[in-house]
Amino acid sequence: MSKSAFAGGNLGVVTPRIFSHDAPFRLRSGAELPRFDLVYETYGTLNADRSNAILICHALSGHHHAAGVHALTDEKPGWWNNCIGPGKAINTDQWFVVSLNNLGGCHGSTGPRTRRPDSDDIYGPDFPIVCVEDWVRSQALLADHLGIERFAAIIGGSLGGMQALQWTIDFPERAGAAVVIASAAKLTAQNIAFNEIARHAITSDPHFHGGRYQAAGHNPDVGLAIARMIGHVTYLSDSGMGQRFGRQLKSGDLKVGDNVEFQVQSYLRYQGQTFSRQFDANTYILMTRALDLYDPASACGDDLVKALLQTSAKFLVISFSSDWRFSVERSQEIAHALVRAGKDVSSAVIESEHGHDSFLLPIPRYLDVFGTYLAQLHGAL
Amino acid sequence: MRPDLKIIADLVNPGARVLDLGCGEGELLAHLRANKGVNGYGLDVDASNITTCLAKGVNVIEHDLDAGLQQFADDAFDMVVMTETLQSVHHPEELLKEMLRIGRECIVTFPNFGHWRCRLHLGLRGRMPIVNHLPYAWYDTPNIRLCTFDDFERLCHARRYRIIQRFVTGPDYHPRHLAGSLPNLFGTIAFYRLGRST
Repeated sequence: MSKSAFAGGNLGVVTPRIFSHDAPFRLRSGAELPRFDLVYETYGTLNADRSNAILICHALSGHHHAAGVHALTDEKPGWWNNCIGPGKAINTDQWFVVSLNNLGGCHGSTGPRTRRPDSDDIYGPDFPIVCVEDWVRSQALLADHLGIERFAAIIGGSLGGMQALQWTIDFPERAGAAVVIASAAKLTAQNIAFNEIARHAITSDPHFHGGRYQAAGHNPDVGLAIARMIGHVTYLSDSGMGQRFGRQLKSGDLKVGDNVEFQVQSYLRYQGQTFSRQFDANTYILMTRALDLYDPASACGDDLVKALLQTSAKFLVISFSSDWRFSVERSQEIAHALVRAGKDVSSAVIESEHGHDSFLLPIPRYLDVFGTYLAQLHGAL
Repeated sequence: MRPDLKIIADLVNPGARVLDLGCGEGELLAHLRANKGVNGYGLDVDASNITTCLAKGVNVIEHDLDAGLQQFADDAFDMVVMTETLQSVHHPEELLKEMLRIGRECIVTFPNFGHWRCRLHLGLRGRMPIVNHLPYAWYDTPNIRLCTFDDFERLCHARRYRIIQRFVTGPDYHPRHLAGSLPNLFGTIAFYRLGRST
């Protein structure tokens, strides 16, 4: 495909912007940020009565650049370009889409890499713990800034789905619908365990320096790469990896046994290395902690139904058959709790071999379910 | 609207909490929402049915009835509806019990294996019936739990379910004179409205 065809079929060039909140922002932990910036992008056009806005919430390693390209020479479009654009499931001919980098991120929003106000030092490991609830509240401030009183839909996969869910609890009057994809109302012990392995890999790297690696002139590349590798394996499925890599060799000879490298080894190493160059270790720790801590039912005696009673959004819950990190059962817990709470909810289980990563991929039935739901929502605006 | 769904819709009170098991394209739920202020839920397993429900704005949960209904609370619904699905589930007895646990009442419709055409096939020709209302060969039929109206009523009596209402119709869902007088011989489809034992 030529560069122009690639751009023409999508949103083309998009430009990030910065929202600055120049006032103190108290976090759920009690800590306070004196100010913060959020970097965001928008796609499509806000209609006259400001009723067609959609908020995209990103997952662990996501950011504001969800669709389109920053320059026509970019090799890859935004991370959710499969779903966002003209005529796509999130149809930018109909919707005004807002996508941001969350607080604590490392792609332009205030986070561990940011210089503290009144200091030459960066926050580093001293950046306060940020929770899903804090993200939601900061996103609401961004919405205020953009003049959006109410989002027609708030959409997210994985950790993003948790934010969409929390929006409906914290701001029921500002969330018309929530699309919660491959997510969970809380992590299981197994899921937290994987996050702990990832964090341990990072903090055990001698170049981590207790999180002050930047001041020490280092980066915990090895730890971050291992964290990404373990994450990546859990985002795929056994059969999906089997189909993609099998036992193909990159080099060496199985009979001799020397210098054998399987394709999957080389792939994982490449993924890990690329990620460690792009992502901040402290942000990775912060984001995985937010995942672990999320549990909206805990404030309601561990009763998710009770936590959801105050919501007034319509819900669509989507899960994928081979996703074992955020399994179908976790999505069903959300859907069933919503039925018990008497809320409008639909749910679909998409057959897919691609594990948790499915939510990023152009799986025909997924796009069909997603697009049909949003088209119906738009028709009812 | 499908005539059988019209019969069922007339039995649902305005504002009732309704669950439709095997809701298909969501026709009943869309009708109930538009005409009776009912915001119900449907369960289905068919991908294209689910998309059709979503396009109508009908609440639909992808769920295989053979996995049970334990996710629903006792008394969660006023009415649980299941149209022509009873004969294709693995555990119909358990499902009926569950329907009357989560719903105060239920409406069940199913085809009659005691219809004279079925009897003719089996009794005279010695072959499994292939008739209008049961059109499949034995080896590829989804209908694995066939029964007659009498069989069904015996189960209801044994389990002490209350039969509140019964309609028996011909193949086009219209009441027939003969179906009325000798339902188990001439009826094609039965509609049972059941309640818990008193």
